[in-house]
Amino acid sequence: MDCDPRSLLETVVTEGCFEAMGLAALLQPVVDRHRRDPRQLLQILRAAQEVLGYLPAVALTAIADAVDLPRARVEGVAGFYSFLHLTPVGRYRVLFSDNITDRMLGSGELLDRLCNKLWIERGKVSEDGLVSVDTTSCTGMGDQGPALLVNGRPMTRMSAERIDWISELIRGQAALDDWPREFFVVDDNIQRRDALLTTRWPAGEALRTALARGRSAMLAEMQRANLRGRGGAGFTTHIKWESARRATTRGERATRYVVCNADEGEPGTFKDRVLLASYADLVFDGMTIAGFTIGAEQGLLYLRGEYAWLLPALDENLVRRRRDGLLGGQICGQADLSFDIEIHVGAGAYVCGEETALLESLEGKRGVPRIRPPFPVHAGYLGQPTVVNNVETLCKAALIALRGGDWFAGLGTKQSTGTKLLSISGDVERPGVYEYPFGVSVSQVLSDCGADNAQAVQVGGPSGACLAMHEFMRRIAFEDVPTAGAFMVFGAQRDMFEVARNFSHFFAHESCGFCTPCRVGTSLVANCMDKIANGHGSQYEINEIFRIHRLLHAASHCGLGQSACNPLLDTLTKFRPAYERRLRSLDFEPAFDLDQALAGARQMTGRDDPAAHFGQPARMPGGER
Amino acid sequence: MRQPNILFDGLPLPFADGQTIMEAATAAGIFIPHLCHHPDFKPQGSCKLCTVKANGRHVSACTMPAKDGMEVENNSPDLNDKRRTMLQMLFVEGNHFCPSCEKSGNCMLQALAYELEMLTPHFPHFYPDRPVDASHPQVLLDFNRCILCELCVRASRDVDDKNVFALSGRGIRKHLIVNAESGRLADTSFSLGDKAAHVCPVGVIIEKGRGFALPIGRRRYDIQPIGMELERAARCRGSGEAI
Repeated sequence: MDCDPRSLLETVVTEGCFEAMGLAALLQPVVDRHRRDPRQLLQILRAAQEVLGYLPAVALTAIADAVDLPRARVEGVAGFYSFLHLTPVGRYRVLFSDNITDRMLGSGELLDRLCNKLWIERGKVSEDGLVSVDTTSCTGMGDQGPALLVNGRPMTRMSAERIDWISELIRGQAALDDWPREFFVVDDNIQRRDALLTTRWPAGEALRTALARGRSAMLAEMQRANLRGRGGAGFTTHIKWESARRATTRGERATRYVVCNADEGEPGTFKDRVLLASYADLVFDGMTIAGFTIGAEQGLLYLRGEYAWLLPALDENLVRRRRDGLLGGQICGQADLSFDIEIHVGAGAYVCGEETALLESLEGKRGVPRIRPPFPVHAGYLGQPTVVNNVETLCKAALIALRGGDWFAGLGTKQSTGTKLLSISGDVERPGVYEYPFGVSVSQVLSDCGADNAQAVQVGGPSGACLAMHEFMRRIAFEDVPTAGAFMVFGAQRDMFEVARNFSHFFAHESCGFCTPCRVGTSLVANCMDKIANGHGSQYEINEIFRIHRLLHAASHCGLGQSACNPLLDTLTKFRPAYERRLRSLDFEPAFDLDQALAGARQMTGRDDPAAHFGQPARMPGGER
Repeated sequence: MRQPNILFDGLPLPFADGQTIMEAATAAGIFIPHLCHHPDFKPQGSCKLCTVKANGRHVSACTMPAKDGMEVENNSPDLNDKRRTMLQMLFVEGNHFCPSCEKSGNCMLQALAYELEMLTPHFPHFYPDRPVDASHPQVLLDFNRCILCELCVRASRDVDDKNVFALSGRGIRKHLIVNAESGRLADTSFSLGDKAAHVCPVGVIIEKGRGFALPIGRRRYDIQPIGMELERAARCRGSGEAI
């Protein structure tokens, strides 16, 4: 069948029902393109949804048959990721980025405005199936918010005027390609360049230098550089590489893998977005150098679903690199050297930034963190030795290949060598990406980005640390304030309780649900914060938050749960009045309003007399008139 | 050669190479509270009830390999308090009504709640909406009681080779599903003879047509608290008595 998929789709979907034969015809090219490989399941589901709009039950059955997996397993994967839909969604899917920095720029009001204009309820598809409006976790546009995604495409700098315009475009059913181009402009916003961002080397230069050095010499340079992972944990990169190089491969497809973690999901972080958009060759050089050094033949880049818009340019780049002999067989003319890179796109799951959850997701499964040990360097992707590095780490590796380990170690501090990219957003005059040598003080950064009245900085995102004014002399470094790069500034006018409440909902939404403490605890904490926000909180809730924090910190399966209460603990310690002014009393208060609970009964009986209210002096009906 | 030992709550406990802390303790007749662990299946470490402190770090006893000289803290007020809190979380996450439940007295969740002296659910209930599935002629699925231990998932996949069960959703919305487009158990290949039909530690998978055959009060954990069987068996082995 060679008809246009659009018209085919219209004949296949009749009144919401999918006709099985037509469906198979629609899905066949999708599954064939991914070699009917069960490890490509997440990619297949994404592609199937592109074609069908959502993933109806019959489609899951068809996909399960095609990749030879149990249907329930396929449904389990589809049900895990926020960007995969098992029920119909609007033809226009608008998702507002719900990070606190977007909220501070008025995203909540803009969302309400759009819903009002379109006569729809948030989170529900309009009756005619035209549009749905909801929120999503941070889309990585903190420097140019409020941001949103429409059908997966990013839109920045939203304003009331733009929202009104968008509602007209949606009502007029204008194709996205016909929307004003300026809505979709994403700027790099590089505000301070240092060793990495001043780099302007031609593609492949770093790789060629590394090849000239040789494997052992490259590893020695990495050791001299003492590069530590830029994803937050700060593990020493050369030890990772060395371990993976020494680890034994297993089975028939014995090989090693290099994985680039581009699942930049920490709210407030966007520096990897800039590296992927404008320094992709450095990223790919870094991956290829890692592959060459550890003896891997395959690289995988895991791109977060929110950055899917970067995919066409990245794919083009890979094609160019293959053409130029920088990827594929015989790299740079070396007969025995082959390495290629494949890009996998995520689908809205923060937990996949955890390296073992990322590997599960790469294998087409639910993004649930694995039990460690074994560590990925010994048994990673498909059980083979795997190096998982952050985007920035790989760029730094390329830089080390070019300029040597000693040069790199001369930057930053002794324990934190080199430079660090910071994603600065919030109450600052000049938001954007800033590159500093490690060891820079928080106050220096604040004065550079134009933050005059900061009361707090959230460094490293919600799972990082919240610094109050008296801590601004502390330094950005692994030995002082470690960070993956987020740097959100809160001015004196901001309510730190609302900041913490936003983060608590983020973790509840993003918990994978594998372990009991995180699955239930993050939701309990979010509910506690809502209770306090609604004016029903008391000292009891504060105690509960501390208690749940102690449990999550000790017993959670991975870092997400272990750090989920950090922002609450920090703000409770440093900004206690923000909580206490909301507390109704220091005694116990019921979680709900008893009088409000009677409202339905009052409405049904048509009563509104004092006796129909709780908490007012009880009067006998007819007693006192 | 000296047999390797772990120091378990201050006492030396021998273990065989490759054993986890849980396996070493079980072999020695020591009960570590657990729900998702089952000796017949690959450990997964999700319920976290078996959280112990090994060399000062919190780990799951069911997944952590024992190492010679490892100091393990198990039966301490702090750890039991954490376990109690997690049990309370499991109780409020689902809809558990012990007095009317066919599994009462045979339920590990209930038995552990008694064992760890959980007096109330403590947290506000979530009251999730989880409709039962009564489609299958032999078996009722009451999802209200599911604690997401994945034992049925593992049994159906690894023993029955059927993959009848799986998990879907994420976070607090994670839930058990069955392998059918209709979502109904009757449309799967499930049967009462499956291993998966008999591994549920709580009351999700219930045999139809056979209710309350043994009255509540005379059931497994009514007669002896959870963990006691294991410990008594070990004592009997030690003294050479018949069990």
